[in-house]
Amino acid sequence: MLETRKVNFYYGDFHALKEINIKIPANSVTAFIGPSGCGKSTFLRLFNRMNDLIPDTRLTGECLIRGENIYHKSVDVSVLRKKTGMVFQKPNPFPKTIFENVAYGLRVDGISNRSFIADRVEQSLKSAALWDEVKDKLKKSAFELSGGQQQRLCIARALAISPSVILMDEPASALDPISTSKIEDLIHTLKKDYTIVIVTHNMQQAARISDKTGFFMLGELIEYDDTKKIFLNPSKEETQNYITGRFG
Amino acid sequence: MNKKTKQGIAFMIFRILSVAVAGILFYILGFIIYQGAGVINIEFLTSSPTNGMTAGGIFPAIVGTLCLIAGSSLFAFPLGILSAIYTSEYAGNGKVIRFVRVMTNNLAGIPSIVFGLFGMSLFVNTMGFGDSIIAGSLTLGILVLPLVIRTTEEALKAVPDSLRRGSLALGASKLQTVSRITLPIAFPNIMTGLILSIGRVSGETAPILFTVAAYFLPKLPQSMYDQVMALPYHLYVIAVSGTDLEATRPMAYGTALVLIAIVLIINVSASLIRKKLQKHA
Ligand SMILES: Nc1ncnc2c1ncn2[C@@H]1O[C@H](COP(=O)(O)OP(=O)(O)OP(=O)(O)O)[C@@H](O)[C@H]1O
Ligand SMILES: [Mg+2]
Repeated sequence: MLETRKVNFYYGDFHALKEINIKIPANSVTAFIGPSGCGKSTFLRLFNRMNDLIPDTRLTGECLIRGENIYHKSVDVSVLRKKTGMVFQKPNPFPKTIFENVAYGLRVDGISNRSFIADRVEQSLKSAALWDEVKDKLKKSAFELSGGQQQRLCIARALAISPSVILMDEPASALDPISTSKIEDLIHTLKKDYTIVIVTHNMQQAARISDKTGFFMLGELIEYDDTKKIFLNPSKEETQNYITGRFG
Repeated sequence: MNKKTKQGIAFMIFRILSVAVAGILFYILGFIIYQGAGVINIEFLTSSPTNGMTAGGIFPAIVGTLCLIAGSSLFAFPLGILSAIYTSEYAGNGKVIRFVRVMTNNLAGIPSIVFGLFGMSLFVNTMGFGDSIIAGSLTLGILVLPLVIRTTEEALKAVPDSLRRGSLALGASKLQTVSRITLPIAFPNIMTGLILSIGRVSGETAPILFTVAAYFLPKLPQSMYDQVMALPYHLYVIAVSGTDLEATRPMAYGTALVLIAIVLIINVSASLIRKKLQKHA
């Protein structure tokens, strides 16, 4: 589903990703772990081309979604981003109503059919396990929600434009344990319909929710395998050291 | 002396200073009200000056100042806001943009009489508008353009990048992100800049001296190519160069009071709009 071939990425002269080859299967959860600054977020942002926004950066190699090179000249970045939702580390709801937050992606897509939008908003909030908590206050500001609710709102917002891939960069790191477990449950149910890639610093979280795990260090993908294998019997010593807490 | 008393003393000094500043402002305001309120009545507000400007009202000057506020705003607001959007949202931080930014800041520091001369040479003479509302408005517009640009840029910068990224990540174009997210969020702060610039425009004398202001013109303007009287210039005239200064002193204060009131009314209504907008955001 997602694939990179010999990907190198540079911030100016800084070589942030080194020769990364990976194949991520569809309808699964893949977790990226690794010490801070090793390039996990940078790697994640390749798949919706958010790195394009950072000036003075350079990419070599190929980055494919369903076999299509997403950095090819003919690719429309807006269309790509609609198919590749992203959830950020800190909840970033817009200063709009709950309803309008979820409807935003549809509206910028030029959709104006009101009942269609209302249906889609409801579905997305249900999929994000937020509907019951907000159905009576859709017209209220999104800022009235708790941090955990805001993050699920951001997930709903990403789901509303029917992506096939969802990228999550430490989506639960700013949340309390209860909100975190809600998000984890959510990721588990979303896996049926979406390909999910998640960056996390929480090793137990990676072990709990992911099917595959990739371990990054200093810009290299040290090891990538089934999550069970990575946590029970990693083949590289660095991985072993990291997950047992001897490093990072 | 322990930490707490030190801090207490420091706060006390700050408090006295800020009260003193507010006190000076109130004193000025009170002084002008005290001196000028006496002449304010319906006639003063709605009639033209008479008897060599020693009697009558200031209606033409009020109209003139309102025209100049409207004219310069019409010119400076769209232009300033659009160029600020361009420089802060689109243009990145290249050499050219940095140069433009430095120039904008320098422009803000040029004395206003220089703008007056420039306006006279360009709008009045070269472009042939003559002494007119349009020449004065354009001159005042250029004068406040740097202010509008600067405050708009600051307002846009204050919008968190995470919201821009959130919007772009949902497939919104840059233009959609600016128009649906960045601008609406920045708008209340942009308005603060617009209010400041209106205050500036209504009070400036030098830029309108050679471009629009009439010494005495009881007739109201018929088009933007007409001259008008304006409050600050009228104030200057009746305060220092009238025919009977002693007699017109109260009228000068009355004129000042009207000028302050206009700016105040615009400020208050703008902040009401601002509050309303923020509530919706
Ligand atoms: N905008 C940028 N400009 C320059 N260098 C950057 C930029 N963003 C990241 N880097 C560098 O690239 C490297 C990888 O950063 P990245 O954010 O991908 O790490 P990460 O693994 O996500 O770290 P963390 O776990 O702390 O989020 C870091 O060394 C960082 O300093
Ligand atoms: Mg990161």
